[in-house]
Amino acid sequence: MALLEVRDLRVVFQRRGTEPFTAVDGVSFDVDPGQTVGLVGESGCGKSVTSLAIMGLLPSRGNKVTGQVRFEGTDLLTLGDKEMRNRRGRDLGMVFQDPLSSLNPVIPIGLQVTEVLERHRGMSRKVAMVEAAELLGRVGIPDPRRRLSEYPHQLSGGMRQRALIAIALACRPRLLIADEPTTALDVTIQAQILALLKELVQDTGTALIMITHDLGVVAGLCDEVNVLYGGRIVEKAARYPLFADPRHPYTHGLLSSIPRLDGARGEKLVPIKGSVADNIPWDHGCAFAPRCPNALPVCREVTPELEAGDVRSLRCHNPVLPGTPAAQEVSA
Amino acid sequence: MLRFIVRRLLQAIPTLLILSLLVFIWLRSLPGGPSGALLGDKATPEKIEALNKVLGLDQPIFIQYFRFLGRILSGDFGSSLISGEPVVAEIGRALPATIELSLAALLFAVVLGIPLGYLAASNRGRFLDNSTVIGTLVGVAVPVFFLGILLKQLFAQDLALFPPSGRQDVTIDPTHVTNFAVLDGLLTQEWDAAADALWHLVLPAIALGTIPLAVIVRITRASVLDVLNEDFVRTANAKGLQATLIRRRHVLRNAMLPVSTTIGLQTGLLLGGAVLTERVFVWGGLGSLLAQGIERRDYPRLQALLLLAAVVYVLVNLLVDISYAIIDPRVRAS
Amino acid sequence: MTSLLKRKRARVDALAESAGTSLAADALRRMARSPVALLGAFLVLAFLVLAVIAPFIAPKDPYQRYPELLENLRPDFIPGAQPGFLLGGDELGRDFFSRLLVGAQQSLVVGVGATLIGLVLGMLIGGLAGAFGGWVDSWLMRFTDIMLSIPSLLLAISIAALASRGSQTTVIIAVAVTTVPIFARLLRGAMLAQRHSDHVLAATALGVRRRTVVFRHMLPNSLGPVIVQATLTLATAIIEAASLSFLGLGDPDPSRAEWGLMLGNSQRYIDVKPELAFYPAIAIIIVALGFTLLGESLREALDPKNRR
Repeated sequence: MALLEVRDLRVVFQRRGTEPFTAVDGVSFDVDPGQTVGLVGESGCGKSVTSLAIMGLLPSRGNKVTGQVRFEGTDLLTLGDKEMRNRRGRDLGMVFQDPLSSLNPVIPIGLQVTEVLERHRGMSRKVAMVEAAELLGRVGIPDPRRRLSEYPHQLSGGMRQRALIAIALACRPRLLIADEPTTALDVTIQAQILALLKELVQDTGTALIMITHDLGVVAGLCDEVNVLYGGRIVEKAARYPLFADPRHPYTHGLLSSIPRLDGARGEKLVPIKGSVADNIPWDHGCAFAPRCPNALPVCREVTPELEAGDVRSLRCHNPVLPGTPAAQEVSA
Repeated sequence: MLRFIVRRLLQAIPTLLILSLLVFIWLRSLPGGPSGALLGDKATPEKIEALNKVLGLDQPIFIQYFRFLGRILSGDFGSSLISGEPVVAEIGRALPATIELSLAALLFAVVLGIPLGYLAASNRGRFLDNSTVIGTLVGVAVPVFFLGILLKQLFAQDLALFPPSGRQDVTIDPTHVTNFAVLDGLLTQEWDAAADALWHLVLPAIALGTIPLAVIVRITRASVLDVLNEDFVRTANAKGLQATLIRRRHVLRNAMLPVSTTIGLQTGLLLGGAVLTERVFVWGGLGSLLAQGIERRDYPRLQALLLLAAVVYVLVNLLVDISYAIIDPRVRAS
Repeated sequence: MTSLLKRKRARVDALAESAGTSLAADALRRMARSPVALLGAFLVLAFLVLAVIAPFIAPKDPYQRYPELLENLRPDFIPGAQPGFLLGGDELGRDFFSRLLVGAQQSLVVGVGATLIGLVLGMLIGGLAGAFGGWVDSWLMRFTDIMLSIPSLLLAISIAALASRGSQTTVIIAVAVTTVPIFARLLRGAMLAQRHSDHVLAATALGVRRRTVVFRHMLPNSLGPVIVQATLTLATAIIEAASLSFLGLGDPDPSRAEWGLMLGNSQRYIDVKPELAFYPAIAIIIVALGFTLLGESLREALDPKNRR
């Protein structure tokens, strides 16, 4: 049995006086124990909302979450606030995008680590402090004992993210969700943090949901990848087939817009035209159709379904032909 | 921390110096100049000239300023034109009354304002929140003195629940130690005197504290709403911490930063409002001294009160900075 | 090359302007939907109209002492409503209703006068500080800091006390001075934020003259908070002027129909005829509330955080 089974997850935001906005539109995927699964897409595609819905961290008002999020067989969406608080931090950990704003600026790092240990592992403050130093050391923070009494602003960006990872993993959760954990960091630090995450999940057997817009991150880390567009999964495959042979025009486009060192000189980057609109309707045809180079008349009329194949699931009427290279050659 | 306090104190010095210069200029721009002001109604051109000589007003202006500075630094503010008493003595006697009233008003505003602001924020958009917001808007629109008159009429005259004026009942003969009526009663264990003084404080404190209350409620509400949207609150929720702990440790502490600044800024409002409130309730503090001083154009007294108000304001803001530094480690560092 | 530059300038200008207008239009649209804003606007508008037409609709001469009212006037009795006198007389036998109406005009003159003077002086100081920066900025700001360090009512009192005899002008000036540092700091802060914003940097980088940058880019985009503050200041100015009158620093002429003065003078008769104190006070509260509601909803509407 999978560790986490997300079934037909749907999140609708409804603010008074505005049209309801469907941010996540029937997303389903599994995460096996120890597996790393990627959720990939542009900003606004619903990947972050999906993760917050799994964690039960969406605001209590102004939205409606339906579907199922089964964690070890229990549907998290049916749990009350108290039960969810008992699980968060213990069974499910989360690392956020901006490490500076995600740490409380007026509380020492030590307390921010120990409070989760006190909460879920019943440690006294004293014991928790020793454990906290240990944890900070394990995520590669030098001189962890001294750091305990320091404040977030005294740490570098990379150190802060390491501290947040230490907090998220403090109680050895079985699932870690990392929401764009490297976006706010320098490139050199990004690689370190990714290596650290990879090492930690491998050592502890923690399953990881990696949320990112960066396909480089996916390539280095994920066992399985879900590509999201407009709140729906458009392509789902294991890492290798997805990168070697992207079939959905959107995935294909994402890969083509990455510069490649091994590409021929004179090869052009191919951007995806346009950007994600505020509210993408899947009611009348494919939401990607207006931006799609492969769009057929049928794409604007019939909404494509996610069709499962041997290697991948695909939501497209006119997929890219197998074997089409990710970047198109343009003669100089 | 000590270094921080010393640095802030040193930073206040130039402000106070320029302030003294402004008061000096103010004195010199009074009708008839300082001598005319000192002589008041009795001023004639000859008398003014004679006094000018005595006061050294025929000296170059910067020498005059330094003398003025020397005088105020040694605490010599001259004598009141009304009572003939040294202004410092007058103020010394009236100060406790005003401090007592202002502290009571501030206490009323803070103790009620912070929880109310918090409640409003955590019930955003609901009835409690909306009515609180409307209440604060009306609160700042009511003139202090009218609120005083209204409270007095309603609770002192009509319902006779509270005394209409004064700090203590005339039939009580309290022992004076600090001139803080409530404190004196407690110190000398004259419980009835303390209770009576407290009773007298209620209406004036509410009248004076209402605008600060409205402001504190609004700032607390806005600041709690801001903090609730912060990423670190989401992190705290992701850790599975109990809601009460998050509220206490993560939300309130951060939300208190702007609130503490606001409380500091209220001092000015309180000092101004005290003048009006004391007038309504015949309180006999600095406000009464000031009101009387204005009517009779008692400039030595006005000058001293003006400087005092500014010094108090600077000191209170120093306290606010210190409290800020205690709450926020980032301020300590910079 | 020059023509290219010109075109670029025009484009940057157009961009900045379109951002400005759409923001204003957006804010207006949001205000039209908010009941609080509409209530505020209604109260303010009603007050403005009343203040202008008051002398024409006042049924009696507000300064005249009428025999009908004087006849029964005793220390323990002030006549109430009677034919021709809607709210009866005041403590000197004048028509209370007419005086209340005309009082609106007085409050408007004081409020608008003080706010305008404060606004102009404050914008001058803040604008200079914001446009020049450097030592000009630091000295001007130190000056405003000191003015802010004196409680505003005390500052107004000490300025009003400079005049040997109170008058409406003294009150206006005294209240105006207390608002100067607020406007100065506000405009300077907004302009400073603008200085480092991308569109000003872009204009500067394109070689647009400093004067043009200041007047066409920095100033218009800084006006939002200033307008909000001016609206809120109108409320406090009216209250503060009333407070000065109440303390006896206003016009000593007891015949003047001014709400603060009426409130102060009638305090002695509060047991005899409480309306004499309550109606002017309620008038002050309603007007102050109107400006506050309007100002607050304007602030909310202009706040980019609330844009969607």
